[in-house]
Amino acid sequence: MSFISYLLNGISLGSVYAIIALGYTMVYGIAKMLNFAHGDILMVGGYAAFLAFNQMGLGIPLSILFSMAICTALGVLVERVAYKPLRSANSLAVLITAIGVSYLLQNLALLLFGANPKSFQSFVKLPALKLAGGQLVISGETMVTILVGILVAVVLLLFIHKTRAGQAMLAVSEDKGAATLMGVNVNGTIALTFAIGSALASVAGILLCSAYPTLTPTTGAMPGIKAFVAAVLGGIGSIPGAFIGGILLGVLENLSKAYISSKLSDAIVFSVLIIVLLIKPSGILGKKIMEKV
Amino acid sequence: MEQILEVKNLHVHYGMIHAIKGLDFHVNKGEIVTLIGANGAGKTSTLQTITGLIPHSQGEIIYRGENVSKLPGYKLVSKGLAHVPEGRRVFASLTVYQNLMLGAYTRKDSKEIEESLNMIYHHFPRLLERKNQVAGTLSGGEQQMLAMGRALMSKPEMILLDEPSMGLSPIYVNEIFDIIQKIHESGVTVLLVEQNANKALMIADRAYVLETGNIRLEGKAGDLLSDPQVRAAYLSE
Repeated sequence: MSFISYLLNGISLGSVYAIIALGYTMVYGIAKMLNFAHGDILMVGGYAAFLAFNQMGLGIPLSILFSMAICTALGVLVERVAYKPLRSANSLAVLITAIGVSYLLQNLALLLFGANPKSFQSFVKLPALKLAGGQLVISGETMVTILVGILVAVVLLLFIHKTRAGQAMLAVSEDKGAATLMGVNVNGTIALTFAIGSALASVAGILLCSAYPTLTPTTGAMPGIKAFVAAVLGGIGSIPGAFIGGILLGVLENLSKAYISSKLSDAIVFSVLIIVLLIKPSGILGKKIMEKV
Repeated sequence: MEQILEVKNLHVHYGMIHAIKGLDFHVNKGEIVTLIGANGAGKTSTLQTITGLIPHSQGEIIYRGENVSKLPGYKLVSKGLAHVPEGRRVFASLTVYQNLMLGAYTRKDSKEIEESLNMIYHHFPRLLERKNQVAGTLSGGEQQMLAMGRALMSKPEMILLDEPSMGLSPIYVNEIFDIIQKIHESGVTVLLVEQNANKALMIADRAYVLETGNIRLEGKAGDLLSDPQVRAAYLSE
């Protein structure tokens, strides 16, 4: 019974990683950059939801919307101010800028909210499910997080494959010049990608803080890195890859905590990344870059 | 005759390199005009500047009476100007069908899009056969057909073709030139950049000969074809 419980908690944590990783992977696929500030957008989403709920007295649905709106605006703003001017710069410059934005957001949060952790009230009001005569307890947070994770991945896949904007994203991801010649507004498409990724980060932030209720300015840092690992593990640029990578990582982390050592769990997670990349450098579902004829 | 495209005193710089040096030319509605010249003469740069893929440092581009020099490139498609780029640049990981539908990205009426799609499949039966195939697995000639079909999906009034015969086998080269003539007959104005000057001059109405960013010669295609200077410089086998 305890194994199933560890497994479910792992899938739940993995769903959070997956939602963050989806944002990472979309932005990478379309803007060809690693947005290391993505995890910190999640943290801002947590604070925004906390403020809306605890200080402004908005209800849960409105607090979620408020947090998503703040994150979307912030994501688009960061892209506009920090990344867009570097569109034709070399990728190292963009990477360093992204790390800079990450520290900027963390320190702004430190300045505004202080270093003391805020205790985040869970947004999930679903009662825990008791199975097998009370031996297996699945918390509401676990169930909701898993469901939201699946929902987000499915909606995102449908969006990309069934809508005009989604097709434009695929076109921009492959060839910005050719996309322009189709009449696609490349800058607008990149901004839209950041908007979606950041809104997802807000959702991930709320789910994460609901399950692990301490909110600090560095709350997003570790999940951000783990989600990056998940995206690379699954094959960066691939949406199903990010989802699978996220779930795998969460399960692996929780099972190693339970059965091996809680101190070593991160080391185990990162070792797995190294081993997978040694065997399959493009990740589990990563495509090899196709040679142009 | 009504001018559909006019390029005035165009200058393009790549860093320190002055690639296009005060180019002037025009295309009349309904014509096939070709730009010929050696590698590095500035033919591709000229086309890329017209559709805003690369910025120009000076000069004006007038399309259908409107100065489009400052317009972002993506806005030209809905004005009826399509561009088939050098190297085809099909979306290799997408299917033939998805590529064609991206060509119709700026259009809204799904019934008309469907009609265009059927028209393209009629002109390029091979694209219909391969419609669910990923574009990266097509042969060079098929990719060229896809790139042209994709551009036609925007229902253009004018099409810019950049080296459509590059790297193709002779059979495909003839087929591509036949298709260009068909596109032209359907009422689309054509600006053609080609290294295969001989074939280009045979189907064109007028031609400009480019040399290191300047126009060296211009005139009726037939006249240039028989001009001994042109023959010696560009048509020597």
